[in-house]
Amino acid sequence: MFEGWLSIIVFLPAAAALVIALFLRNDQQIRWFAIGATILNLVLITITYAAFDRGVGGVQMVDRYQDWIPVEGLRAEYLLGIDGLSAPLVLLTGLLTAVATLASWRITLRVREYFIWLLVLSTSVLGVFLALDFLLFFIFWEIELIPMFMLISIWGSGRNRYSAMKFVIFTLGGSAFMLIGILALFLSSGVGTFAMVSIPSEGIVGIPDKVIGTDLLIPAGVIWFFLFAAFAIKMPLWPVHSWLPDAHTDAPTAVSIMLAGVLLKMGGYGLIRVSVGMFQETKNFQVQDVAWLLATLAVISIIYGAVVTLRQTDLKRLVAFSSVSHMGFVVLGVSAIVGVGGKVTDAGINGAALQMVTHGTITGLMFLTVGLVYDRAHTRYIPDLGGLALRWPLITISMVIAGLASLGLPGLSGFVAEMTVFLGAYAVWPWLTAIGAFGVVLAAGYVLWMVQRTFFGPRNERFQDIDDANFVDMIPVVALVISIVAIGVYPKIITEVFKIGISELMRI
Amino acid sequence: MSAHDLWILSPEISVAGLALVVIIADLIVIKKTTLIWLAVLGLIVPLVFTLILWFDTPDNEVGVFGTVTADRMALFFHFLLIGTTAAVIVAAATYSRKFVGFQGEFLALMLLSVSGMMLLVASQDVITAYIALELSALPAAALAAFLRTDRSLEAGLKFLLLSALSSAVLLYGLVYLYGATGTTDIAGILEGINNMDADGDRAFGSSAIMLGTVMVVAGFGFKMAMAPFQMWVPDVYEGAPTPVVAFLSIASKSAAFAIVLRVLYTALGTDNLAADWSVLIAILAAITMTAGNLLALSQQNIKRMLGYSTVAHAGYLLVGLAAVAGNSDSDGFIAGPQGVLFYLVAYALTNLAVFFAIIAITNKTGNDMISGFAGMARRAPVLSVLLALGLLSLLGIPPTAGFLGKVFVFSAAVDSGLAWLAIIGVLNSVVSAFFYLRVIRTMFLDEPENEERVTADIPVWAATLVASAGLLVFGIAPSSLLEFARNAVTGVVT
Repeated sequence: MFEGWLSIIVFLPAAAALVIALFLRNDQQIRWFAIGATILNLVLITITYAAFDRGVGGVQMVDRYQDWIPVEGLRAEYLLGIDGLSAPLVLLTGLLTAVATLASWRITLRVREYFIWLLVLSTSVLGVFLALDFLLFFIFWEIELIPMFMLISIWGSGRNRYSAMKFVIFTLGGSAFMLIGILALFLSSGVGTFAMVSIPSEGIVGIPDKVIGTDLLIPAGVIWFFLFAAFAIKMPLWPVHSWLPDAHTDAPTAVSIMLAGVLLKMGGYGLIRVSVGMFQETKNFQVQDVAWLLATLAVISIIYGAVVTLRQTDLKRLVAFSSVSHMGFVVLGVSAIVGVGGKVTDAGINGAALQMVTHGTITGLMFLTVGLVYDRAHTRYIPDLGGLALRWPLITISMVIAGLASLGLPGLSGFVAEMTVFLGAYAVWPWLTAIGAFGVVLAAGYVLWMVQRTFFGPRNERFQDIDDANFVDMIPVVALVISIVAIGVYPKIITEVFKIGISELMRI
Repeated sequence: MSAHDLWILSPEISVAGLALVVIIADLIVIKKTTLIWLAVLGLIVPLVFTLILWFDTPDNEVGVFGTVTADRMALFFHFLLIGTTAAVIVAAATYSRKFVGFQGEFLALMLLSVSGMMLLVASQDVITAYIALELSALPAAALAAFLRTDRSLEAGLKFLLLSALSSAVLLYGLVYLYGATGTTDIAGILEGINNMDADGDRAFGSSAIMLGTVMVVAGFGFKMAMAPFQMWVPDVYEGAPTPVVAFLSIASKSAAFAIVLRVLYTALGTDNLAADWSVLIAILAAITMTAGNLLALSQQNIKRMLGYSTVAHAGYLLVGLAAVAGNSDSDGFIAGPQGVLFYLVAYALTNLAVFFAIIAITNKTGNDMISGFAGMARRAPVLSVLLALGLLSLLGIPPTAGFLGKVFVFSAAVDSGLAWLAIIGVLNSVVSAFFYLRVIRTMFLDEPENEERVTADIPVWAATLVASAGLLVFGIAPSSLLEFARNAVTGVVT
């Protein structure tokens, strides 16, 4: 692979945005161009994923420019690389960006700006997953705020201004602490690097290796909490989840897909890469010490999210709260790191990582379907709907598949991920896992009840004259359904890569 | 005065001379735009002198009886001040039609004020610094009153009175330093302090040094827009002509930070003393940024809001100033001041972009209220994007220079054990998101009052574009500017 490959992947959407900003004026042209760019990027990403050498592992296709900020006291590099942990998430981002762009076909308001922001958002998320320099990671993490702020406040509905501001303030609040954590890690004597992993071929010794037995500038536990705060808000984990339902409810469809599908995964990725990857052998504090806290917060999120979901009457809010519950499974899986009898294990984390990908595709499909319903019915209020199945069979099928995957039907992707999480976590936290598993029961409840109230029941005369989804609408739906089934039937395409990355992350 | 002295002073002298040339030309020339070209092109002369001094440094950097220096630090700020002034003059080209018949005086006063600031940053002696400060402040007061409306006159008077008051405080503080050490020379004060019997128990070693330090910081604090001396800022910003506000918020503040940096890090730079005043500065930083950001929240006038934002940024800069003696600092190098210098350049570019965009827009709309920017993205797309970019840089969102500036000062603070201050700093950034994003939202979301296009004249347009490009370039590739800043601080910190 030639040097600069990953840089191309990261900056291709931004370059496309620039072309749109400078040269394209016609709305239809812009749509085609944006779709073309994201699909091209998806192809490039798929090639990358296939080319990722599973036998070698480690960080591959490194793009490095050492002299980005070459001063002492803050020696940051431009460092991109892909490893087993980031590869599937990059693939997910590529897929969902293409899906979100396709789902934006019907946007008519300020088309040019809309696609510019969507593409910039894509660049920033890809950057987060591919950056291996902590400062660069943080920069991409922050850049993502502005497109989201614009997308929600301009193209959103309802209380969009409030929700957009709330989103920004929560995320900024989290990243404020993260910045201090990053700086404190770097400035600790004996660390002095922003590299998030070691890359032997480049002679880079990363933070995970450098922090072993080092006295950090401020206590390791405090740094861990600073970093964790940012990831917990992004995930989101109870009790800092409250921005999510608002942001989702008021965001346009494509933005909800991006938000639930990939933006939340930034939190999960950070949790695994940083909170777990860097703090297993730190002096005086290890992530194992707070695994109980992770497990507790995870179970509260799962149950709380599910119970609140049951009560929702707005379709989007319902899916949003179910995300809180499902992201709880990710954290539950991570909390299994402590292992039995003090031996660190990665069984749960493998499940957690897979859960991120499956949740991305499933929730993406759900939001997509909700968007299709909303485009036609102009309401998301469940009591106003009902009986849609007879009129709109395609939309119904897509929601049913998403719902069944979400509640963990074997053969679809949700089942594999949740099963792995439970198997990993049960060995460590039997009681908490048992309670958490109840979340699946609740999921069955809210999904089936929602499908029943929305799509079945007597024929609804209100929507008689409106057509079902057409061919263009179904392209992204089919893409997501294929990926859900594929992962459900043959999860190894994702898990074998994750396994490589996570086993490298585990230090014991 | 020898040739060497003249050579050291050549940038300052040439700027002051340019001011006189402009006044004389004003009497002769009829077409007043010529004066603007004269002033801008004339600034090339001091720029060339500064460049020569930078690349061909004289053996003895200090001249005029040891009172003025041409060290890297001074030259760094000469570049900054000359660049800022040139940009402001260009951007004010259209604006200055508001004071017909006085364009010549406007330019001359601004140039005189800059010559004072340039002397201030080059002062090696506190009395010279005091005189330079007065030279920079008096024309600035006149400039603030230049619109001759009630508000403008109020702004000018306020600036003048509070400036005089702060000068008095400063002088009082300098007297204490002189009394304790017997010299007004900045390097000499350090020597004097080193010779004093160390009195470890008392803060600052001796009461005179302590009082002197506090009063000097307070005196310059007025120019830095540091709380609790920030009261003048919003009123002056609201009333004064916008180009003058841009000028004050950048040039005046940079010069004040430069001299404070020099006094603190050179004259009072012993380890014991630094540990003491570092705490003082840290507390002032926390108060300043919090006050600035909280007060900015409820502002409806964009210039007033930016006034409070200036106060907040003074707070962030003070964070860098307070960051002495970090973990990874070596002899003769401290990350904090380097961060301050980088931040000042980033801030200068950002504020130039923001104020120029505002000048361009309000020139047409005549409305300084934030609500007057409603729907501006439709009426002036490029200017709105540039203004938004500037505001994001003030907020500290990458990839802008403002973001990296904040990272540098906060990292210096964490490094020197002031993690609490850095946390207050980042939380303040979160608060500031409310009012910066509100303006962006107003521009991009709200319905415009009318659909009339807002276009800017070429000069102001070009100036905005250059400043915005600069803040992006240094936000993405900061290494050259950092190297420059590092060069500048190494001679000053001891």
